[in-house]
Amino acid sequence: MNISASKALQAVVEPSLVAAENVTAGYRDKIVWQEANFSIGRGEFVAVIGPNGAGKTTLFRLLLGLQRPISGTIRIFGEPPKRGNPQIGYVPQRHVIDSETNVESLELVRLGLSGKRWGFNPLSHADRDTAFTVLESVGARELAHRPLGVLSGGELQRIFLAEALVSNPNLLLLDEPLSNLDMRRESDLLHLVNGVVQDRGVTALLIAHNINPLLPHLDKVIYIANGRVATGRPDEVLTSESLTALYGVQVEVLRDDKGNVAIIGIEEHLRK
Amino acid sequence: MAVAFSLNIISDLQVMLQYQFMQHAFEAGTVVALIAGVTGYFVVLRRSAFTAHAFSEIGFAGAAGAILLNIPPIAGLVLGSSLGGFAIAALGRRATNRDTQIGIVLAFALGLGLLFISLYTGYATEAYSILFGEILGISYGQVVLTVVAGVGIIAAVGFVYRPLLFASLDEDVAEAKGMPMLFLGMVFMLLVAFAVSFAVQVTGVLLIFSLMVTPAAAAQYLARRPAVAIAISVAIALGATWVGLFVAFYENYPVSFFITGIVFGLYMIIRLTHLGRAPAHPRRRSEKSTTGEMALGRKGP
Repeated sequence: MNISASKALQAVVEPSLVAAENVTAGYRDKIVWQEANFSIGRGEFVAVIGPNGAGKTTLFRLLLGLQRPISGTIRIFGEPPKRGNPQIGYVPQRHVIDSETNVESLELVRLGLSGKRWGFNPLSHADRDTAFTVLESVGARELAHRPLGVLSGGELQRIFLAEALVSNPNLLLLDEPLSNLDMRRESDLLHLVNGVVQDRGVTALLIAHNINPLLPHLDKVIYIANGRVATGRPDEVLTSESLTALYGVQVEVLRDDKGNVAIIGIEEHLRK
Repeated sequence: MAVAFSLNIISDLQVMLQYQFMQHAFEAGTVVALIAGVTGYFVVLRRSAFTAHAFSEIGFAGAAGAILLNIPPIAGLVLGSSLGGFAIAALGRRATNRDTQIGIVLAFALGLGLLFISLYTGYATEAYSILFGEILGISYGQVVLTVVAGVGIIAAVGFVYRPLLFASLDEDVAEAKGMPMLFLGMVFMLLVAFAVSFAVQVTGVLLIFSLMVTPAAAAQYLARRPAVAIAISVAIALGATWVGLFVAFYENYPVSFFITGIVFGLYMIIRLTHLGRAPAHPRRRSEKSTTGEMALGRKGP
């Protein structure tokens, strides 16, 4: 059985990992986006893209249980989202460590594992070994004893990824991990995340500004713009017809000969 | 001090510890150095030094009020600083950065303290000892109280150690993990309020930084593991307190001056020998290359 067939079979057998039905999100006086319907299966790599302020982080806040939908239902592992769900690993946006913080990276990864536990146990060898193993798996073992405050953007993202993975989650939420990375480090990190998705069977949602570097890895894309949410395979969603139909304004999706995508029309419309 | 200093340190120590007030000073000083060194690490990590200072001045108003009402100053200190702590924690998780509001409350508290002192018709030395410490005038009862409070504070820090460290280092993730951020903020503020109240006996309200901030700040340069940094912070606070008491016994100048002088000297030595290293000088390399930006072809024309 090939991989896509087994994934399709899984989708039939297992209920989807994340399911949204007619979800409208926003705040008391402002709707950010509405009537979103999508489902995400186990082991899928999903990009969440769209212009600034479109509500990409709002989607994550809903999944994390930090915010409730205005209407509609969301299910994660068949249950409503709840804050502190141990099945979710989260790397927030603009997650910057104070440059004066002279605490070694290993400590942060360890706190990702045991930070919720009460009591004093800084010398747990089991925790330490687990943290080292995870650091190794994201290629950051040599950063273990470096202080967080001096790490570069790419190095920090690896540590944050380890911090999120150390508790062995089934769903990984990464909010703009690629900002401030150059092309090479962007590509390195994406390969790393993709490897995690493959090896651990983790589902990853990754917020990004630019979909092109992600295209080779993606199973699905969630495109949020102008109060609407489009979901599906990249080649289904990112077409002039589907986006024009969804947004009711003329949207053009351009592709170059390398398969790079440019979406034109949405942001111009927003500015009016 | 009428006692002469000799070159035999052992006999000097023996002579000094014959005096009961010196015994009490060492006992209380040791406990205070311990709690200040431990809580100070979190104060420095959370960048809450100004907040800690504000507590001590709100505590000053409380202590001055207590003197006026003829109750023990420590009761007023604890009450004043914990109320201040609750108020600041209740303002929200970013409240420690609200310099302006904290400064406004701090100034008013100090003014209130001044009023209480002027209303009090007894000796002005009470005010002086709250402001600059009175380690050589500690009674047996105060020592016992300090030990009890010290055990309580250390046990509480031990209990919240990992969640507090996590919440201090990585607020966003800790919150998403469902940790009780407001509760942890309150616990932190209360711990600092209590630690400040007892540290005031040694250093006084105005010199509180010398035990709460300087040792922990110096320790941050020397260790990257929090548990080790806390141990170093405690060691510096303890060393400064002990040496300060010892020197002040033979040289008739204030103990508080020696303690502040020793920690300041140590901090400067550590700072200068660690120039260019974390924490003060980040070497954050910029990974953003302009060519990379252009080649990525951001969305839109």
